[in-house]
This record gives sequence, C-alpha cells and structure tokens, in this order.
Amino acid sequence: MAKTVNQRFEALRGTHVWRSIFRSGIGSSTLKRALAIQQNVFLHLFYTKVRTRILGFSATWYLGALTFGTFLLLVATGIPLMLYYHPSVPQAYADTKDLQFVVSSGLFLRNLHRWSAHAMVFLVFAHMFKVFYRGAYRTPREFNWVIGVILLLITLLLSYTGYLLPWDQLAYWAITVGSNIASAVPLFGNKIHFLLLGGNAVNANALLRFYVLHCMILPLTAIFFLAIHFWRIRKDGGLYTHSSEPAVLRTQAANAGGNPGIPTSAATPKEAQ
Amino acid sequence: MAEETKNNDDVTRRQFFAKLGLGSLSIAAIGTAAFSYQYLEPNVLYEPSPVVNVGKPDRYPLDSVTLDVNNAIYIIHSQQGYFSLSAVCTHLGCLTAWKPELGIIACPCHGSKFDEDGRKIEGPAPKPLPWKRIWINDDGDLLVDRSTDVPPLAPDSFVRV
Repeated sequence: MAKTVNQRFEALRGTHVWRSIFRSGIGSSTLKRALAIQQNVFLHLFYTKVRTRILGFSATWYLGALTFGTFLLLVATGIPLMLYYHPSVPQAYADTKDLQFVVSSGLFLRNLHRWSAHAMVFLVFAHMFKVFYRGAYRTPREFNWVIGVILLLITLLLSYTGYLLPWDQLAYWAITVGSNIASAVPLFGNKIHFLLLGGNAVNANALLRFYVLHCMILPLTAIFFLAIHFWRIRKDGGLYTHSSEPAVLRTQAANAGGNPGIPTSAATPKEAQ
Repeated sequence: MAEETKNNDDVTRRQFFAKLGLGSLSIAAIGTAAFSYQYLEPNVLYEPSPVVNVGKPDRYPLDSVTLDVNNAIYIIHSQQGYFSLSAVCTHLGCLTAWKPELGIIACPCHGSKFDEDGRKIEGPAPKPLPWKRIWINDDGDLLVDRSTDVPPLAPDSFVRV
C-alpha cells in the first residue's frame, strides 16, 4: 500500500540520522514543540513558547524582524557579488560596471543589495522610533536599547564602507568628505583619518580597508551583537506589549495585593524564561 | 610553627605565581595592543610625491589662475610673481574650481568661496586656502611642494622669473 507524503515524512523524522540532528523527537505535544525550539542552536535565543497574540502585527509591526530580514538579504546577495569584485583601484570601477552590464543576474543582485541596504537603514530607524515612542527602552530593557544603538552605528558604518566600493566619483568624494569629518575628532582626529584610510588620501589602501571592514569585520560584529539583541528580548521579559507597560504592571500588582515597584522580568514569571 | 610566625602581608607561593602569571599576561596584552596599532599604521605609502613639476613658467600668462586638477593645486601668475595655492577646500577636502567669470575660487560641495590669494570670502570653510612652496629648478621648470605651507603674500612665497 502506497504511503502518503505525510507518512513518508513522519518515517523520515523517526530515522536514526534525523534523530541524531533533531533530538527533540516527533510528536505535537507542547513539550515536544518547546524542545524543538529550545534544542535548536539558532532558535534557543528565543522563547520556547510565545502567544500568537504577541506576534500580532499591532504589537511589533515586525520592524525588528524586517530589519533582520534585510540583513540576511544583504549577506545572501553580498557574498555572490564578492565573486566578481576586486577591491583594487584599476579594477573596482570596471568590475562594478561588469556587474551592471555583463554578468548574468549581476544587475539584479547588485540592485537587490543596494535597495536592501537603503531599506535596512530606513527600517533600523523605524524600529528605533517605534521602541522609543512606545517606551520599550525602559527597565528592564535599557541594556537592549544600548545594544540597539551599537547595531544602528554598525548599520551606518556598513552603509558608509559599502559606498566607496563602486569607486566612482560619487564614492570617491563622499569618502573624502566623510573621512575628513573623522579628522574633526579632538586630539586624535588626524590619526583616526590616517588609520581609517591607511594613508593620507582616499587611495588603494583606503579601498582595501573599506572592503575588509564592509565584508568581514562589520558583518561579523553585527552578527555578534544581533545574537545578544535577540537573546536579551527573552531575558528581559519578551516582546514589549501592552501588558509590559509599567502602568499596566502596577495595576496588576496592586490588584494582586503585591508591591507596586519597578517592573522586572520577575513581574511576568510565566513569560520570562 | 612556621604558620604561626607568618606575617599577614606575606604572599603565599600560590598567590605569588598567580600574580606573576597575571602580570605576564597583562604585559603580553599591552604588547599585543601596541603591535596591533603599529601594524595598522602603514610605514611605507605608495602615494604620489608631494613635490610636483608644473612645467615652464611661460605656460602661465600674467594675471592668470590655472587649476592643476591632477595635483590639486593652483598656479597663479600675478603682478608680484608666481605662487601656488592648494585647491583642496579646507572644509571637507573637496576639489575647488576657479570661476573666471566671477573672479573667485568656489567649492562645489558646500559652497565655500575664496579669492585668488586664497582668502576666505564665504564659509563653511574654516580657514583660507594654504599657500604652497614654489621654486624654479635648474632646468627652468616650476616645482611645487604640496606638503609645505608658506605664509600668504610673503615676498619669499612668490617666484619671479
């Protein structure tokens, strides 16, 4: 008797190999579903259980998730672009033109990278404004706000370093002006300018340094802080909803006869894991 | 008995080695930071020479301002002689341009204006355009050292032929 697709999938999930990768086992019980999240290296940053209501559009607008989405798009499009781009003065501009006009799907990948970068900067700011106006930066989430500010700076630096790479007139003068702004730092300004460019002018060293920053150092730093940012959401009591607002928490505490104080993650023990 | 006579200030063998280890690690960490900084600072730069040859003086007619785009300098032939100005805007480093119809040097980036002696007419540039050292070599060519500023309008800042 022929098996259905679903039966085949269930059989696959019962095999030794599958169980060696996903140890939580099969079954749709609350425990099994929670274990599937908790035992996954990427998903364990999040709650094992979340109410679908909290994931509703009104609560989050998904701005943080959308920002992360654009980041993933940028990584996925940036790596193939690296295969055709040489960070050297004679080749950089020609390679960019090749990507635009010669390489198959080069135009698509480059524009996807470019527009995702613009979208990411916009979404980061939108996310920040949302968090600010909802007051979601308040205790116990103040440290995650700080991480968020670091991520904002990394986003802007990624944008700035990527700006030089096409090596056209716009890029050259934008980086000349931008790096001269860095020399306005008191005492160390000229030193920072020199170290950033690897010389006195925007030249081969500057192009290579910006390339390494753009493709290696800044993305890895971003991933590091992103992991902390996501993990802190869980540790700080979950996504910020109406029920996380201090006034609501105080009312709840008063109704329960408790002490109205600063809301901590302990105030919502069922959701804070 | 030895335990009783021990002073409280004495360091045990374990503490001594812990301090020795931490001290060595600290020195190594400082050294690594210093070497990392040195590594990031290039010792040799493959940048164009600051001294440039701008050709024979007769290329520049009297009362003319000539922009040398590749070297980012002006060669100006005035009544007092030849002198050279930096063409790099003192605001944020854009290349300025000579506007013969207005008789001024203007920056395209943020609108700074200078007169042909480099004096600031209008901001946001904070400083005038610096004068550069200019002289004539044995072959009769004008040379400009872009790394050396000279005082504006000083007699030594001009070259007379």
